[in-house]
Amino acid sequence: MSTHSAQNIAFSANGLTRYFGSKPVVRQCSFAIPRGTVTGLLGLNGTGKTTAIRMLMGFLPPTRGSSAILGIDSQALTAADRMRIGYTVEGHFLYNWMRVADCECFQAGTFARWNGKQFRETIERFGIEPSARVSHLSRGQRAGVSLALTLCTLPEVLVLDDPALGLDPVSRQALNETILEFVESGDRTVLLSSHLLDDIERIADRILIMVDGRFVVDTTVENLLSRLSTCTLELEEDIKSLPTIPGLVHLRRIGRRWTLTIVDMGSETEETLSQLGGRTLVRSQTAFNDAAMAYLSRSRGSSSFLSKTPIAPASIGANQR
Amino acid sequence: MQIRIVAGSNAAIYKQIADQINRAVAAGDLEVGQMLPSVRQLARELVINPNTVAKAYADLVQAGIVETQAGRGFFVAKRRQVYTKTERMRRLDESIQSLINHSFSLGFSTEEVLDRVRELFAKALRGVPESTS
Repeated sequence: MSTHSAQNIAFSANGLTRYFGSKPVVRQCSFAIPRGTVTGLLGLNGTGKTTAIRMLMGFLPPTRGSSAILGIDSQALTAADRMRIGYTVEGHFLYNWMRVADCECFQAGTFARWNGKQFRETIERFGIEPSARVSHLSRGQRAGVSLALTLCTLPEVLVLDDPALGLDPVSRQALNETILEFVESGDRTVLLSSHLLDDIERIADRILIMVDGRFVVDTTVENLLSRLSTCTLELEEDIKSLPTIPGLVHLRRIGRRWTLTIVDMGSETEETLSQLGGRTLVRSQTAFNDAAMAYLSRSRGSSSFLSKTPIAPASIGANQR
Repeated sequence: MQIRIVAGSNAAIYKQIADQINRAVAAGDLEVGQMLPSVRQLARELVINPNTVAKAYADLVQAGIVETQAGRGFFVAKRRQVYTKTERMRRLDESIQSLINHSFSLGFSTEEVLDRVRELFAKALRGVPESTS
Protein backbone atom coordinates (compact mmCIF):
# COMPACT_ATOMS: atom_id res chain seq x y z
CA MET A 1 0.00 0.00 0.00
CA SER A 2 1.61 3.21 -1.06
CA THR A 3 0.57 6.67 0.00
CA HIS A 4 2.61 8.32 -2.72
CA SER A 5 1.70 8.87 -6.32
CA ALA A 6 4.10 7.39 -8.88
CA GLN A 7 5.58 10.71 -9.92
CA ASN A 8 6.69 11.43 -6.38
CA ILE A 9 8.74 8.25 -6.28
CA ALA A 10 12.46 8.53 -6.97
CA PHE A 11 13.49 4.90 -6.60
CA SER A 12 11.33 1.82 -6.66
CA ALA A 13 11.62 -1.94 -6.83
CA ASN A 14 9.07 -4.66 -7.23
CA GLY A 15 10.03 -8.20 -6.24
CA LEU A 16 13.63 -7.48 -7.20
CA THR A 17 15.57 -10.74 -7.00
CA ARG A 18 19.04 -11.78 -8.07
CA TYR A 19 20.75 -15.14 -7.95
CA PHE A 20 24.45 -15.75 -8.46
CA GLY A 21 24.44 -19.39 -9.56
CA SER A 22 22.10 -21.10 -7.17
CA LYS A 23 22.69 -18.54 -4.41
CA PRO A 24 20.00 -15.91 -3.87
CA VAL A 25 21.74 -12.61 -3.05
CA VAL A 26 18.80 -10.22 -3.30
CA ARG A 27 15.38 -11.70 -2.55
CA GLN A 28 12.00 -10.27 -3.41
CA CYS A 29 12.87 -6.68 -2.58
CA SER A 30 10.18 -4.09 -3.02
CA PHE A 31 10.37 -0.46 -2.04
CA ALA A 32 9.23 3.00 -3.06
CA ILE A 33 11.39 5.90 -1.97
CA PRO A 34 9.70 9.29 -2.19
CA ARG A 35 11.44 12.29 -3.71
CA GLY A 36 13.01 14.85 -1.44
CA THR A 37 14.27 12.32 1.09
CA VAL A 38 17.60 10.97 2.24
CA THR A 39 17.38 7.20 2.59
CA GLY A 40 20.06 5.29 4.44
CA LEU A 41 20.59 1.71 3.30
CA LEU A 42 22.07 -0.36 6.10
CA GLY A 43 23.26 -3.92 6.03
CA LEU A 44 26.25 -6.02 6.94
CA ASN A 45 28.94 -6.70 4.35
CA GLY A 46 27.85 -9.30 1.81
CA THR A 47 24.17 -8.88 2.56
CA GLY A 48 23.21 -7.76 -0.96
CA LYS A 49 23.26 -3.94 -0.74
CA THR A 50 25.66 -3.36 -3.61
CA THR A 51 23.95 -5.97 -5.78
CA ALA A 52 20.62 -4.25 -5.17
CA ILE A 53 22.13 -0.86 -6.02
CA ARG A 54 23.76 -2.24 -9.18
CA MET A 55 20.40 -3.60 -10.34
CA LEU A 56 18.70 -0.32 -9.49
CA MET A 57 21.33 1.51 -11.56
CA GLY A 58 20.75 -0.90 -14.45
CA PHE A 59 24.29 -2.29 -14.34
CA LEU A 60 23.12 -5.79 -13.54
CA PRO A 61 19.94 -7.50 -14.79
CA PRO A 62 17.71 -8.97 -12.09
CA THR A 63 16.88 -12.66 -12.11
CA ARG A 64 13.28 -11.71 -11.36
CA GLY A 65 11.35 -8.58 -10.59
CA SER A 66 12.13 -5.02 -11.63
CA SER A 67 13.31 -1.66 -10.40
CA ALA A 68 13.00 1.91 -11.59
CA ILE A 69 14.61 5.30 -11.11
CA LEU A 70 12.41 8.39 -11.60
CA GLY A 71 9.76 6.06 -12.98
CA ILE A 72 12.00 4.64 -15.72
CA ASP A 73 12.78 0.92 -15.68
CA SER A 74 16.40 0.42 -14.61
CA GLN A 75 17.08 -1.89 -17.54
CA ALA A 76 15.78 0.68 -20.03
CA LEU A 77 17.64 3.78 -18.86
CA THR A 78 18.94 5.79 -21.82
CA ALA A 79 21.99 8.05 -21.80
CA ALA A 80 19.63 11.03 -21.42
CA ASP A 81 17.93 9.38 -18.43
CA ARG A 82 21.31 8.72 -16.84
CA MET A 83 22.06 12.45 -17.01
CA ARG A 84 19.44 12.81 -14.29
CA ILE A 85 21.15 10.30 -12.01
CA GLY A 86 24.31 10.90 -10.01
CA TYR A 87 26.20 7.82 -8.90
CA THR A 88 29.34 7.60 -6.79
CA VAL A 89 31.06 4.53 -5.48
CA GLU A 90 33.87 4.25 -3.01
CA GLY A 91 37.18 4.26 -4.88
CA HIS A 92 35.82 6.29 -7.83
CA PHE A 93 38.39 6.41 -10.61
CA LEU A 94 40.44 9.61 -10.96
CA TYR A 95 43.56 10.15 -13.07
CA ASN A 96 46.44 10.51 -10.63
CA TRP A 97 48.52 12.69 -12.91
CA MET A 98 45.86 15.38 -13.15
CA ARG A 99 45.35 18.37 -10.93
CA VAL A 100 41.90 18.75 -9.35
CA ALA A 101 40.99 21.57 -11.74
CA ASP A 102 41.95 19.33 -14.70
CA CYS A 103 39.51 16.67 -13.53
CA GLU A 104 36.73 19.21 -13.83
CA CYS A 105 37.78 20.44 -17.31
CA PHE A 106 38.17 16.87 -18.52
CA GLN A 107 34.75 15.71 -17.37
CA ALA A 108 32.92 18.93 -18.21
CA GLY A 109 33.47 18.22 -21.89
CA THR A 110 31.68 14.89 -21.73
CA PHE A 111 28.43 16.09 -20.17
CA ALA A 112 25.65 18.13 -21.72
CA ARG A 113 24.96 19.88 -18.41
CA TRP A 114 27.77 21.17 -16.23
CA ASN A 115 27.81 23.58 -13.30
CA GLY A 116 31.38 24.65 -12.50
CA LYS A 117 30.28 26.71 -9.51
CA GLN A 118 28.93 23.55 -7.88
CA PHE A 119 32.34 21.92 -8.37
CA ARG A 120 34.24 24.80 -6.74
CA GLU A 121 31.84 25.00 -3.81
CA THR A 122 31.98 21.29 -3.15
CA ILE A 123 35.77 20.94 -3.25
CA GLU A 124 36.07 24.01 -1.04
CA ARG A 125 33.86 22.31 1.53
CA PHE A 126 36.27 19.37 1.52
CA GLY A 127 39.25 21.74 1.87
CA ILE A 128 40.66 20.93 -1.56
CA GLU A 129 42.67 23.39 -3.68
CA PRO A 130 41.94 23.29 -7.42
CA SER A 131 45.71 23.24 -8.02
CA ALA A 132 46.26 20.14 -5.86
CA ARG A 133 47.51 17.02 -7.59
CA VAL A 134 45.11 14.09 -7.48
CA SER A 135 47.98 11.81 -6.44
CA HIS A 136 48.50 13.95 -3.32
CA LEU A 137 44.88 13.91 -2.16
CA SER A 138 43.77 12.13 1.00
CA ARG A 139 41.08 9.50 0.78
CA GLY A 140 38.48 11.98 2.02
CA GLN A 141 39.57 14.57 -0.52
CA ARG A 142 39.36 12.05 -3.35
CA ALA A 143 35.81 11.28 -2.25
CA GLY A 144 35.15 15.04 -2.27
CA VAL A 145 36.40 15.40 -5.85
CA SER A 146 34.31 12.40 -6.98
CA LEU A 147 31.22 13.82 -5.35
CA ALA A 148 31.89 17.30 -6.80
CA LEU A 149 32.23 15.80 -10.29
CA THR A 150 28.93 13.98 -9.84
CA LEU A 151 27.06 17.03 -8.53
CA CYS A 152 28.23 19.26 -11.41
CA THR A 153 25.97 17.38 -13.80
CA LEU A 154 23.00 18.64 -11.74
CA PRO A 155 21.42 15.24 -11.17
CA GLU A 156 17.92 14.88 -9.73
CA VAL A 157 18.81 11.82 -7.70
CA LEU A 158 22.03 10.72 -6.11
CA VAL A 159 23.02 7.11 -5.43
CA LEU A 160 26.02 6.75 -3.14
CA ASP A 161 27.41 3.30 -2.42
CA ASP A 162 29.29 3.51 0.87
CA PRO A 163 30.63 7.02 0.24
CA ALA A 164 31.90 7.46 3.80
CA LEU A 165 34.12 4.36 3.83
CA GLY A 166 37.44 5.23 5.42
CA LEU A 167 36.78 8.98 5.58
CA ASP A 168 38.14 11.16 8.38
CA PRO A 169 35.61 13.06 10.56
CA VAL A 170 36.13 16.35 8.72
CA SER A 171 35.46 14.78 5.33
CA ARG A 172 32.46 12.94 6.75
CA GLN A 173 31.01 16.22 7.95
CA ALA A 174 31.64 17.76 4.53
CA LEU A 175 29.94 14.76 2.91
CA ASN A 176 26.92 15.06 5.22
CA GLU A 177 26.63 18.80 4.56
CA THR A 178 26.81 18.21 0.83
CA ILE A 179 24.11 15.55 0.93
CA LEU A 180 21.76 17.69 3.02
CA GLU A 181 22.31 20.69 0.79
CA PHE A 182 21.56 18.55 -2.25
CA VAL A 183 18.09 17.63 -0.97
CA GLU A 184 17.32 21.11 0.35
CA SER A 185 15.48 22.09 -2.82
CA GLY A 186 12.81 19.57 -1.84
CA ASP A 187 12.51 17.32 -4.88
CA ARG A 188 16.00 15.87 -5.12
CA THR A 189 16.62 12.50 -3.54
CA VAL A 190 19.55 10.61 -2.06
CA LEU A 191 19.99 6.89 -1.52
CA LEU A 192 23.16 6.01 0.31
CA SER A 193 24.52 2.84 1.79
CA SER A 194 26.72 3.14 4.84
CA HIS A 195 27.97 1.43 7.95
CA LEU A 196 28.20 4.67 9.91
CA LEU A 197 25.10 4.62 12.08
CA ASP A 198 25.81 8.00 13.69
CA ASP A 199 25.95 9.72 10.31
CA ILE A 200 22.82 7.96 9.10
CA GLU A 201 21.01 9.01 12.26
CA ARG A 202 21.95 12.62 11.53
CA ILE A 203 21.13 12.90 7.85
CA ALA A 204 18.63 10.22 6.87
CA ASP A 205 14.89 10.54 7.17
CA ARG A 206 14.23 7.04 5.87
CA ILE A 207 15.88 3.75 6.63
CA LEU A 208 16.17 0.52 4.70
CA ILE A 209 17.78 -2.35 6.56
CA MET A 210 18.80 -5.36 4.54
CA VAL A 211 19.35 -8.74 6.12
CA ASP A 212 20.31 -11.75 4.02
CA GLY A 213 19.06 -10.16 0.82
CA ARG A 214 15.71 -8.98 2.20
CA PHE A 215 14.51 -5.69 3.59
CA VAL A 216 13.48 -6.13 7.21
CA VAL A 217 13.01 -2.42 7.80
CA ASP A 218 11.68 0.11 5.29
CA THR A 219 10.31 3.18 7.02
CA THR A 220 11.02 6.66 8.33
CA VAL A 221 13.52 7.03 11.15
CA GLU A 222 10.74 8.54 13.24
CA ASN A 223 8.45 5.57 12.73
CA LEU A 224 11.22 3.07 13.43
CA LEU A 225 12.04 4.70 16.76
CA SER A 226 8.44 5.20 17.81
CA ARG A 227 7.61 1.52 17.34
CA LEU A 228 10.54 0.00 19.18
CA SER A 229 11.06 -0.30 22.91
CA THR A 230 13.92 -1.67 24.92
CA CYS A 231 13.40 -3.56 28.17
CA THR A 232 15.97 -4.74 30.62
CA LEU A 233 14.82 -7.50 32.96
CA GLU A 234 16.50 -9.19 35.83
CA LEU A 235 15.18 -12.72 36.23
CA GLU A 236 15.03 -14.59 39.50
CA GLU A 237 16.27 -17.79 37.97
CA ASP A 238 17.89 -19.03 34.81
CA ILE A 239 15.48 -19.88 32.05
CA LYS A 240 16.69 -22.56 29.73
CA SER A 241 14.02 -22.61 27.06
CA LEU A 242 12.65 -19.39 25.73
CA PRO A 243 8.94 -18.67 25.50
CA THR A 244 7.60 -16.90 22.43
CA ILE A 245 7.75 -13.19 23.17
CA PRO A 246 5.46 -11.26 20.81
CA GLY A 247 7.32 -8.62 18.80
CA LEU A 248 10.78 -9.65 19.94
CA VAL A 249 13.36 -8.25 17.54
CA HIS A 250 16.52 -8.85 19.48
CA LEU A 251 17.56 -10.40 22.75
CA ARG A 252 20.82 -9.99 24.61
CA ARG A 253 21.41 -12.20 27.63
CA ILE A 254 24.11 -11.69 30.19
CA GLY A 255 23.42 -14.23 32.90
CA ARG A 256 20.00 -13.48 34.32
CA ARG A 257 19.94 -9.98 32.92
CA TRP A 258 18.09 -9.76 29.64
CA THR A 259 17.87 -6.80 27.31
CA LEU A 260 15.07 -7.11 24.80
CA THR A 261 14.27 -4.98 21.79
CA ILE A 262 10.57 -5.23 21.00
CA VAL A 263 8.48 -3.91 18.14
CA ASP A 264 4.93 -2.69 18.87
CA MET A 265 5.02 -3.64 22.52
CA GLY A 266 1.53 -4.32 23.74
CA SER A 267 -0.27 -6.00 26.59
CA GLU A 268 0.39 -9.45 25.15
CA THR A 269 4.14 -8.87 25.31
CA GLU A 270 3.88 -7.32 28.77
CA GLU A 271 2.03 -10.38 30.01
CA THR A 272 4.61 -12.78 28.60
CA LEU A 273 7.40 -10.78 30.20
CA SER A 274 5.69 -10.70 33.58
CA GLN A 275 5.23 -14.47 33.42
CA LEU A 276 9.01 -14.84 33.18
CA GLY A 277 9.22 -13.61 36.76
CA GLY A 278 11.78 -11.09 37.92
CA ARG A 279 11.65 -7.34 37.70
CA THR A 280 11.89 -4.81 34.95
CA LEU A 281 14.90 -2.61 35.49
CA VAL A 282 14.63 -0.24 32.60
CA ARG A 283 12.06 0.28 29.93
CA SER A 284 12.74 2.97 27.40
CA GLN A 285 12.51 4.07 23.80
CA THR A 286 15.13 2.39 21.69
CA ALA A 287 18.05 4.56 20.61
CA PHE A 288 18.73 4.71 16.88
CA ASN A 289 22.03 2.82 17.10
CA ASP A 290 20.45 0.06 19.18
CA ALA A 291 17.49 -0.17 16.81
CA ALA A 292 19.77 -0.58 13.81
CA MET A 293 22.02 -3.03 15.63
CA ALA A 294 19.03 -5.10 16.78
CA TYR A 295 18.05 -5.71 13.18
CA LEU A 296 21.54 -5.93 11.70
CA SER A 297 22.69 -8.55 14.17
CA ARG A 298 19.82 -10.85 13.21
CA SER A 299 21.52 -12.01 10.06
CA ARG A 300 24.25 -13.85 11.89
CA GLY A 301 22.87 -16.78 13.84
CA SER A 302 19.37 -15.34 13.90
CA SER A 303 17.06 -17.53 15.91
CA SER A 304 13.66 -18.93 15.31
CA PHE A 305 12.14 -17.25 18.37
CA LEU A 306 12.61 -13.76 16.95
CA SER A 307 9.63 -11.93 15.55
CA LYS A 308 9.41 -12.05 11.79
CA THR A 309 7.41 -8.84 11.60
CA PRO A 310 9.16 -6.53 9.18
CA ILE A 311 8.75 -2.80 9.72
CA ALA A 312 7.12 -2.13 6.39
CA PRO A 313 6.11 1.04 4.61
CA ALA A 314 2.43 0.16 5.00
CA SER A 315 2.63 1.51 8.51
CA ILE A 316 3.77 4.98 7.50
CA GLY A 317 1.34 7.83 7.84
CA ALA A 318 0.38 9.77 4.74
CA ASN A 319 2.04 12.93 6.00
CA GLN A 320 5.50 11.41 6.12
CA ARG A 321 7.90 12.61 3.48
CA MET B 1 21.45 29.83 23.03
CA GLN B 2 23.62 27.16 21.54
CA ILE B 3 22.03 23.78 20.83
CA ARG B 4 24.35 20.80 20.85
CA ILE B 5 23.46 17.33 19.76
CA VAL B 6 25.17 13.97 19.87
CA ALA B 7 24.45 11.19 17.40
CA GLY B 8 24.58 7.65 18.75
CA SER B 9 23.20 8.80 22.11
CA ASN B 10 20.36 7.13 23.98
CA ALA B 11 18.19 10.15 23.32
CA ALA B 12 16.90 10.60 19.78
CA ILE B 13 18.26 13.75 18.14
CA TYR B 14 14.83 15.44 17.96
CA LYS B 15 14.43 14.79 21.67
CA GLN B 16 17.79 16.32 22.51
CA ILE B 17 16.80 19.48 20.64
CA ALA B 18 13.35 19.66 22.25
CA ASP B 19 14.78 19.03 25.73
CA GLN B 20 17.39 21.76 25.39
CA ILE B 21 14.87 24.33 24.19
CA ASN B 22 12.48 23.27 26.92
CA ARG B 23 15.20 23.73 29.53
CA ALA B 24 16.30 27.08 28.10
CA VAL B 25 12.72 28.33 28.30
CA ALA B 26 12.38 27.10 31.90
CA ALA B 27 15.69 28.73 32.83
CA GLY B 28 14.71 32.02 31.18
CA ASP B 29 17.48 31.85 28.58
CA LEU B 30 14.79 32.01 25.96
CA GLU B 31 12.15 34.61 26.63
CA VAL B 32 8.48 34.57 25.75
CA GLY B 33 8.03 35.84 22.21
CA GLN B 34 11.64 35.15 21.27
CA MET B 35 12.07 33.72 17.78
CA LEU B 36 13.70 30.34 17.33
CA PRO B 37 16.02 29.67 14.41
CA SER B 38 14.17 28.41 11.34
CA VAL B 39 14.02 24.67 10.75
CA ARG B 40 16.39 24.94 7.82
CA GLN B 41 18.83 27.19 9.64
CA LEU B 42 19.08 24.94 12.70
CA ALA B 43 19.35 21.82 10.53
CA ARG B 44 22.25 23.40 8.64
CA GLU B 45 23.95 24.48 11.81
CA LEU B 46 23.72 21.02 13.37
CA VAL B 47 24.27 19.16 10.05
CA ILE B 48 21.14 17.07 10.47
CA ASN B 49 18.07 16.26 8.44
CA PRO B 50 15.58 19.18 8.55
CA ASN B 51 12.75 16.73 9.32
CA THR B 52 14.42 16.03 12.65
CA VAL B 53 14.30 19.70 13.60
CA ALA B 54 10.72 19.92 12.34
CA LYS B 55 9.79 16.99 14.60
CA ALA B 56 11.42 18.64 17.63
CA TYR B 57 9.55 21.89 16.94
CA ALA B 58 6.27 20.04 16.38
CA ASP B 59 6.64 18.35 19.77
CA LEU B 60 7.37 21.69 21.43
CA VAL B 61 4.31 23.22 19.77
CA GLN B 62 2.19 20.32 20.95
CA ALA B 63 3.47 20.76 24.48
CA GLY B 64 2.59 24.46 24.33
CA ILE B 65 6.19 25.63 24.79
CA VAL B 66 6.56 27.02 21.30
CA GLU B 67 4.00 28.50 18.93
CA THR B 68 4.02 29.07 15.20
CA GLN B 69 2.99 32.29 13.60
CA ALA B 70 1.94 31.58 10.05
CA GLY B 71 4.77 32.35 7.68
CA ARG B 72 6.88 34.03 10.33
CA GLY B 73 8.41 31.11 12.15
CA PHE B 74 8.55 29.59 15.62
CA PHE B 75 8.38 31.63 18.82
CA VAL B 76 8.58 30.86 22.53
CA ALA B 77 4.97 30.73 23.70
CA LYS B 78 3.42 32.29 26.77
CA ARG B 79 3.42 29.70 29.48
CA ARG B 80 0.14 27.86 29.51
CA GLN B 81 -1.01 24.38 30.25
CA VAL B 82 -2.15 22.31 27.32
CA TYR B 83 -2.74 19.19 29.39
CA THR B 84 -5.24 18.51 32.13
CA LYS B 85 -3.98 18.06 35.68
CA THR B 86 -4.48 14.28 35.42
CA GLU B 87 -2.60 14.09 32.16
CA ARG B 88 0.25 16.19 33.53
CA MET B 89 0.44 13.92 36.53
CA ARG B 90 0.43 10.85 34.32
CA ARG B 91 3.28 12.20 32.24
CA LEU B 92 5.25 13.14 35.32
CA ASP B 93 4.72 9.70 36.84
CA GLU B 94 5.94 8.10 33.66
CA SER B 95 9.24 9.98 33.84
CA ILE B 96 9.61 9.32 37.54
CA GLN B 97 8.96 5.61 37.05
CA SER B 98 11.77 5.42 34.55
CA LEU B 99 14.01 7.33 36.97
CA ILE B 100 13.16 4.86 39.73
CA ASN B 101 13.92 1.91 37.46
CA HIS B 102 17.28 3.37 36.45
CA SER B 103 18.14 4.19 40.06
CA PHE B 104 17.42 0.60 41.11
CA SER B 105 19.57 -0.87 38.41
CA LEU B 106 22.42 1.53 39.19
CA GLY B 107 22.16 0.83 42.91
CA PHE B 108 21.33 4.32 44.27
CA SER B 109 19.31 4.86 47.42
CA THR B 110 16.17 6.99 47.45
CA GLU B 111 17.96 9.75 49.40
CA GLU B 112 20.88 9.84 47.00
CA VAL B 113 18.52 10.13 44.05
CA LEU B 114 16.43 12.87 45.67
CA ASP B 115 19.54 14.89 46.54
CA ARG B 116 20.76 14.59 43.00
CA VAL B 117 17.37 15.62 41.63
CA ARG B 118 17.41 18.78 43.78
CA GLU B 119 20.94 19.56 42.68
CA LEU B 120 20.18 19.18 38.99
CA PHE B 121 16.93 21.12 39.26
CA ALA B 122 18.84 24.03 40.77
CA LYS B 123 21.43 23.81 38.04
CA ALA B 124 18.84 23.67 35.26
CA LEU B 125 17.03 26.72 36.62
CA ARG B 126 20.29 28.62 36.79
CA GLY B 127 20.73 27.68 33.13
CA VAL B 128 23.89 25.66 33.68
CA PRO B 129 23.86 22.90 31.10
CA GLU B 130 24.37 19.42 32.44
CA SER B 131 26.48 17.21 30.18
CA THR B 132 24.32 14.59 28.55
CA SER B 133 25.36 10.99 28.23
